[in-house]
Amino acid sequence: MANAKDNVGSRAIPSAGPDFEHLLAQEVVIEAGDAAPTGAQAIAPDHSPRAPLPAHDAAALPKPALVAGADVQREVEHLLYRQAELLDGKHWQAFIDLFADDGIYWMPVTREQTEWEGSPSIFAEDKPMMEIRKGRVSHPNAWSQAPMWETNHLVSHVAIESTAGGAIEVRSRFHMMELRRDSIRHFGGSYRHTLVRDAAGALKIKLQRVDLFNGQAPFDYVLQIWV
Amino acid sequence: MDLSSLVEPDRVHRTVYTDQQIFDAEMEKIWERIWIYCGHVSQVPNPGDYHAVTIGRQPMLMVRQNDGGVQVLYNRCPHRGVQVVGNLKGNTGSALVCSYHAWSFHLDGSVRAIPLAKGYEGTRMTRDNPDCGMKRAARVDSYRGFVFASLAADGPTLLEFLGEAKVAFDDMCDRSPVGEVEVVPICHRVMQHSNWKFFMENQLDALHPSVTHQSTGSAAGRVEKRIKAEQGSAPLYYHYLSAFASSFEQWDSVQTINFPRGHGILKAYMGLRPRDPDTLEHEALLKQAYGEAKTEEYLSRSIHHVLVYPYLSVQSPLQQLRCLRPVAPDKTLSEIWHFRLKGAPEAIYRRSLWYYNLVNSPATMINADDLENWTKGQWGLQSKGGDWVSFHRYYGDDREENGVTYSNHGTSEAVMRNQFKAWSKYMQAA
Repeated sequence: MANAKDNVGSRAIPSAGPDFEHLLAQEVVIEAGDAAPTGAQAIAPDHSPRAPLPAHDAAALPKPALVAGADVQREVEHLLYRQAELLDGKHWQAFIDLFADDGIYWMPVTREQTEWEGSPSIFAEDKPMMEIRKGRVSHPNAWSQAPMWETNHLVSHVAIESTAGGAIEVRSRFHMMELRRDSIRHFGGSYRHTLVRDAAGALKIKLQRVDLFNGQAPFDYVLQIWV
Repeated sequence: MDLSSLVEPDRVHRTVYTDQQIFDAEMEKIWERIWIYCGHVSQVPNPGDYHAVTIGRQPMLMVRQNDGGVQVLYNRCPHRGVQVVGNLKGNTGSALVCSYHAWSFHLDGSVRAIPLAKGYEGTRMTRDNPDCGMKRAARVDSYRGFVFASLAADGPTLLEFLGEAKVAFDDMCDRSPVGEVEVVPICHRVMQHSNWKFFMENQLDALHPSVTHQSTGSAAGRVEKRIKAEQGSAPLYYHYLSAFASSFEQWDSVQTINFPRGHGILKAYMGLRPRDPDTLEHEALLKQAYGEAKTEEYLSRSIHHVLVYPYLSVQSPLQQLRCLRPVAPDKTLSEIWHFRLKGAPEAIYRRSLWYYNLVNSPATMINADDLENWTKGQWGLQSKGGDWVSFHRYYGDDREENGVTYSNHGTSEAVMRNQFKAWSKYMQAA
């Protein structure tokens, strides 16, 4: 081939030999090092294709609805509505804060799955993993977030199934429309929330199970954030 | 169509990604001739179990036979051409029956019963005519439980086709103490709005992770660092994500091996041999089964991805397999599977499951940005702003020996140059 260059660096090109298996035996492990930043570390946020991100201070959050009396049904409904509003408003940290410290957001692939760990899921996230997802979509160089992107959630059919043992089991249904670039997608299905009260008496999500009714159909593009 | 003017050693013309005629020719000359992956035997454990699969433009059925074998049939009734099976998977019992006029077939496709057979007397469509059966794929073979079919009667055997890329399946199976994997019966399907070549090039493109996946890599790195500071160590799955933000130099230090027929290997693994009790238990089981030396050989294979060109990407150390089913020049269905190592500890499965969930699920924090790139790539190549796609990086710096190209630079575009060499060969065949 033309333009043969000297091999850069000290590593010699391995000899091919009669088989290649021995080449695979040579160890190269990808891990973070202390070298000067290049690649990901060196791409400046001021090259971001994204519009400036909105502020998420307390003033930007939707006002909590007033709950009259000790009506658990209404209290639970308002929590679910608030969760939907936080998602549509892209208030990711406030969304995460709805979860208990050991809270889990789980979207299984099939209705038959019963445990959030141990089988393939579309989402299976504890709070640290939610923080990574939040960090990703908030990053100036989350390239897939550059195009116009909005969601609109509706939540209904809220039914409390049980309040035994200090936990509230509630099921509901949702419909989410998503605008991405120039097209709209629909996601529908059911939520199942397990709610507990924190020390201050506020409801927190211990487990949110999301069953998409179309979870086994081909995805046209993927999901970037919680549904 | 003069294809030779479209592919040069260091660049290709944009139309190979966008042109419908070229796409049709690819289906005819590549997909409908070479060995195409149909599925794993464990997807169809019992006689009558079937799984629908598309080979090129052909709707096919992988069917478990009464004798334990697996057959691959065209999903087409020989009577009026209706698809016999309308579902993705299931069990058809002892016969395949057409829903239109009840022609029925044995599991191997041969005709079982023709309704009102009397009506065919004296015609050329009587049951002794082999055309009365469902047509079979010309050739069916399997390697370590992975079933392939070829629609061409002639051509290389499956093992000749796979060549050294068969290590994808060896590396997966050898990590099981009984030498076998079984499928996890869930398949994620994600539609890519781009030509299939984008995915195949991207899989061995070590320059892109640090750029494309900067957001996820750095967000994960931050959380991983904090957990390490708080708890002394962080679960391996944080590393699955944070590693994507490694420096250019780190990714460049990885080697690629590029085989004839376009297959290739990107080396390096993501720290998959920690010394925790689960790993040690797994290693002890392997040593019992294979002895010290073989176990060491199996576990020290350095593989990130193995590509079986032009449609399969296997991440053998994590038992993940992605298969492309091209639909149109700008539309490609990806099928994403995960496998369990038979006889290995549950914890080893769960560790690789994290990768399947985080990287390969439809809520992937990695491919979200890849898919965006490929979509924009496809649109960019519609443009008359330029005609050529550049594969010049480290051109002239590769070492070629017996048709195998070795590169010491993970970021070398040797991978793409090698893929197009194979592509040209396929496309220029008679």
